[in-house]
Amino acid sequence: MPRFKKSEKRATPGINTGSMSDIIFMFLFFFMVITTIRESSLIVRVKVPQATEVAKLERKSLVSFIYVGQPTDSRYGTESRIQLNNQFATVADIREFITREREARDEVDRPLLTTSLKVDEETRMGIVTDIKQELRQVGAFKINYSARKAVASK
Amino acid sequence: MKRSRPELNTGSMADISFLLLTFFLLTSSIDTDLGILRRLPPPPDPTQEQADIKKRNIFTVLVNKNDDLLVQGRPMDISMLKAAAKEFIANPYNSPDLPEKKSEYIPGLGEVEISKGVISLKNDRGTSYKMYLKVQNELTAAFNELRDELSVQRFGVKFSQLSNQEYIDAIQKAIPMSISEAEPENVGGK
Repeated sequence: MPRFKKSEKRATPGINTGSMSDIIFMFLFFFMVITTIRESSLIVRVKVPQATEVAKLERKSLVSFIYVGQPTDSRYGTESRIQLNNQFATVADIREFITREREARDEVDRPLLTTSLKVDEETRMGIVTDIKQELRQVGAFKINYSARKAVASK
Repeated sequence: MKRSRPELNTGSMADISFLLLTFFLLTSSIDTDLGILRRLPPPPDPTQEQADIKKRNIFTVLVNKNDDLLVQGRPMDISMLKAAAKEFIANPYNSPDLPEKKSEYIPGLGEVEISKGVISLKNDRGTSYKMYLKVQNELTAAFNELRDELSVQRFGVKFSQLSNQEYIDAIQKAIPMSISEAEPENVGGK
């Protein structure tokens, strides 16, 4: 006769999953805080060029974007086009776009508004020059040539 | 007999929050926007006459539609541009061909010789944006290196690591980022 009697049922203790949701909620809030919601889906292909002397853009809420590149849908041709908000635009539309962007901001912040040019590296400078001239006319002087950080070689 | 109270089943709570998590991961982006900051000049005033700048104070950089560089009238490779721009702005040996300097008192730095040199950048409409940004990058690098050098010499740390706003302003004043872009002209169409 065995000295120690084995218990009849050997139930494995279950893992308590009650706090699992708390942990995941924590993750969720973390991601919500550090990310920004994508505002527009791109309809032009933008692969920004590399540069070494890049600076971070401060105050993301004060940045408006202008995208320039080849349309992703080849039905719209292969010529570089401008995208403002969610649609194709011409250089003439920039004035209205900037005015609207300005009106959406606080009066104090308006002079700090930066226009970030996200231009595909294959684009020719002609269209970029036109955009810059238009921005000068409108008075949006602060611009940012968007670029990827390149590791300094040599 | 003890009556057992029904418990709320929280097992699926984790699933729900996972779903929310994936949703936010998909709809958001973390990309921090990086780039080269520039300030555009105000539109030209037709009534104002062009300021006369001496030839020795201008460093001309031309980029043609084949992405070739012409610096001070001579073809140059992009890898040499930074060094050339640095030498031009700093004018270390006070050469008469390179820009003049003016002495000015800057709080925090004292009497400093400020270079009057201006880099004039001109590009064709057919230049690729990639090349244009490369040139802008090299020119920015030239200024940043000069600022770093001055900062290390005076304050012992690099310009980008300076935290005192007064020092930052002083260095920025001593080495102004003077890159001027020529008014666009239509040469030879597209």
